[in-house]
Amino acid sequence: MKKEIEFMLNEEKVIVEVEPHWTLLHLLRETLELTGAKEGCGVGECGACTVIVEGDAVNSCLYPVMEIEGKTVTTIEGLAKPDGTLHPLQQSFIENNGVQCGYCTSGMIMSAKALLDKNADPTENEIRTSISGNICRCTGYVQIVESIKHAAGSMKNTQAAQNGK
Amino acid sequence: MSQYDVIGTRAPRVDAPAKATGRAIFVDDMSMPGMLYGALLQSPYAHALIRGIDVSAALKLPGVKAVVTHKEAGLVKYGVSPARYDETIFCYDKVRQVGDNIAAVAAVDMATAVEAASLIKVDYEELPAVFTIEEALADGAPLVHDDYKRNISAEVHQEFGDVEAALKECDLIKTTSLKSKRQDCAFIEPQGCIATYDLSGNLTLYSSTQTTHYVQRSLAMALGAPVGKVRVVKPYVGGGFGSKASASHLEMAACLLAMQTGKPVKMIFDREQVFLHGRARHQFVHTMTTGVKKDGTIMALKHEAWLNGGAYSSFGIATVYYAGSLLGGPYKLPNMKYDGYRIATNLPACGAQRGHGGVIARSCWEQQLDMIAEELGMDPLELRLKNIMTAGDVTCNDLDMSSLGMKECIEVVRDASDWKNKKGKLPQGKGIGMACGFFVSGAGFPIYRSETFHCTVTIKVTEDGGTAIVSTASAEIGQGSDTTFAMIAAEGMGIPLGMVRIESGDTDFGVDLGAYSSRQTLMTGQATKQAAENVKMQVLDALSKELHVPVEDMDIKKGYIVFKKDKPDLSALKTRYIKEHREWTDNPSLDDELSFREASRIAFFTKGTIVGTGMYKPPELGGKFKGAAVGTSPAYGCSAQIAEVSVDEQTGRITIEKMTDAHDCGQAINRTSVEAQMHGSMAMGLGEALFEEVKFDDKGRLLNGDLAEYKMPTALDMPPMEALIVESHEPNGPYGAKEVGEGNIMPTIAAVLNAVHDAIGVRIHELPLNPERVYLAIKEYREKNAKQ
Repeated sequence: MKKEIEFMLNEEKVIVEVEPHWTLLHLLRETLELTGAKEGCGVGECGACTVIVEGDAVNSCLYPVMEIEGKTVTTIEGLAKPDGTLHPLQQSFIENNGVQCGYCTSGMIMSAKALLDKNADPTENEIRTSISGNICRCTGYVQIVESIKHAAGSMKNTQAAQNGK
Repeated sequence: MSQYDVIGTRAPRVDAPAKATGRAIFVDDMSMPGMLYGALLQSPYAHALIRGIDVSAALKLPGVKAVVTHKEAGLVKYGVSPARYDETIFCYDKVRQVGDNIAAVAAVDMATAVEAASLIKVDYEELPAVFTIEEALADGAPLVHDDYKRNISAEVHQEFGDVEAALKECDLIKTTSLKSKRQDCAFIEPQGCIATYDLSGNLTLYSSTQTTHYVQRSLAMALGAPVGKVRVVKPYVGGGFGSKASASHLEMAACLLAMQTGKPVKMIFDREQVFLHGRARHQFVHTMTTGVKKDGTIMALKHEAWLNGGAYSSFGIATVYYAGSLLGGPYKLPNMKYDGYRIATNLPACGAQRGHGGVIARSCWEQQLDMIAEELGMDPLELRLKNIMTAGDVTCNDLDMSSLGMKECIEVVRDASDWKNKKGKLPQGKGIGMACGFFVSGAGFPIYRSETFHCTVTIKVTEDGGTAIVSTASAEIGQGSDTTFAMIAAEGMGIPLGMVRIESGDTDFGVDLGAYSSRQTLMTGQATKQAAENVKMQVLDALSKELHVPVEDMDIKKGYIVFKKDKPDLSALKTRYIKEHREWTDNPSLDDELSFREASRIAFFTKGTIVGTGMYKPPELGGKFKGAAVGTSPAYGCSAQIAEVSVDEQTGRITIEKMTDAHDCGQAINRTSVEAQMHGSMAMGLGEALFEEVKFDDKGRLLNGDLAEYKMPTALDMPPMEALIVESHEPNGPYGAKEVGEGNIMPTIAAVLNAVHDAIGVRIHELPLNPERVYLAIKEYREKNAKQ
């Protein structure tokens, strides 16, 4: 029995029919063709499916789709500006090699974004804690943590420049 | 100032923008019109006869398009090593492990496929099973394969020099052992594939694989199709580490279902299936006896290894050979005897994983060398330096160290970690330890006997001369090989990296044996360099005829033609180019230097499409003895690591405080990517040292086939890691480059073992070093000391 739900996805209103037993990840990947969030385990253990719901990083593979009604969802596809300008986190992951195989990358960036949106000046331990639910098998996390640190720095500088105007 | 413009820089990865925006397409992100979904029926038993298979109920389920068993698949034997082809696509007479494949279903959606698979009735007769090496070797034990007597799937007996004679001359002889546990590659992307089959009989498989070439060959063989009709394409792959280096049942089943239905069929492993079919690290049990002189000179090593191989051979013959051969260096060792046994059991089959075969052997020996140093009253670092090989040395088993910065690596980590002020001087509970290791830079021979080139590379310049397209069947699986080859191509042609586009991972692009045995940088790199230089020569040759300047008086650097002697009058050529492109908006001006783009366009006018080709196969390598093919390589990468740990003696919990790592990768192609490989290797090594163990119950069923209970390092578990690049010049490598992906995992576990001993005085001979094991070891050590 399909049901209609409405929510904000990457700053656009979405009205879509869903099966009530679907997960948010299933809706994103199979219906909305947003394949940036990945399924690494399907049971909330690896973090590759991380998206932001109402400001919090969540495992979309565990998130019941009916719970999304009326909420605000951001996925990796919603991070760049419409003109193509990348989010500072994305830019930093490119410049600081926060990327190897790329399968954890979307989720990693979304967890980091949820952190930086709440805490513009995180300590290294806060950064590591924020991504501790995102498993990466390639990097040993060194260049990922560096990428997040650099992004935080550049976002702070941008903010300071804007405040100075 | 580097002699290179692109090589040795920190250029961002060419695939990073796609991956950082979620746009990189992995196989699970793909779909095709009319696509069906496939599911496997797998054995719940570790060992059972198949008395009958009834698929009728599955076929009747609405939405089911095909059900295949051994009847459709046939009984062609395949596997990895031709000497041990011991698998069929589906089991027909018996199952040998939990998860063994009985049948596959294609249906309109995944839920229907899974339901249909559950409707297939299999009449099993359960057999007694063997799970441990001891059980498998016991008198009267059931055989996993009738062909493998005593369940020995492979054995190796080698002796170089005369070990017994050498041991008689030794002042100190030490025997120790090390037992490890099965590790999983645990990449984040489960294996998956989509197979398509067209009316002309062309089979195309899009697959999450490290080795398109071997998958192509295996599919052709097992499915009875000509190799030329089988194409394997690798989209982006979410990590491999060894498990994706051979054809899987998933790929076979998807192809068979596509051939049966004429529709695309998608199949994806769930996480438990990744563990069941991972073919990852064996469990190893090593016992070693080393003899040394009073002054620390290593005289002989006697080594016995037992591997729990699981139900099929997979890479296992190579594994058991590597476990012995990779101890030939990096220390001068004149006498070495090795007896290795790979034992078949009713657990999921094991295969290759990063540091193939050598990691636990290396860990055992490096811990033992530390114990020997302690008994001799030597600094363990000095013991290693005393015996170290240098470039030009050849091991007793004929491995030619054509370049070897091992000594430099040791010195670099010694100085960077402040070893001299820490070793033996840290407070109780804190310790420092070191170890070394090396690895092949590409297997010297293909897995099947052949004269084949190991790789062929084509570079085509677009008609406008503005882009060079590198085509290679090599596999970018996350390690950064696309970026490496784009950089080598740019350097070889003398153009900026931005003018190079790379297309990889498609068997239509040529032959490439793929991403395993740390081969691509050296081998595909050599072929890429050759193709790039070939393009450059063709462009310069055309230019030479136009300008009447000898080719040898010209070069291409940073995208511009360099005239080594007098600069000729270019006005006619430039005018001709601008006239030709009068509608173009980005023409160079008459005053600019002559660019590669202009020169290649001029070359196109006379030669047509400029296509450069390159190829590589290793030169003749040493070793004529049985098994010499496993371990011989054109080059060897090596590394030294120092671990600093603290041990909570109340709980047995180990915290890694810091890792200091030096690796000799020859000339670093991309420094950032080299460091990335070093970090990643250490993470996998620390996981194996501290946490990781795939567990089974007494029926051979997985207990922790998931990423919550299979513990691997998170960001909070990883210590600060210093990655220090040591660059020798490898004469067999492109621009002097060699491997970094696997050599760097070799020292990690032993460095931790040695640091733990330095911290608490306890030697532990079993992995992983989880709190329980460490706590019990401390307790035993104290009880023993109390009695004395």
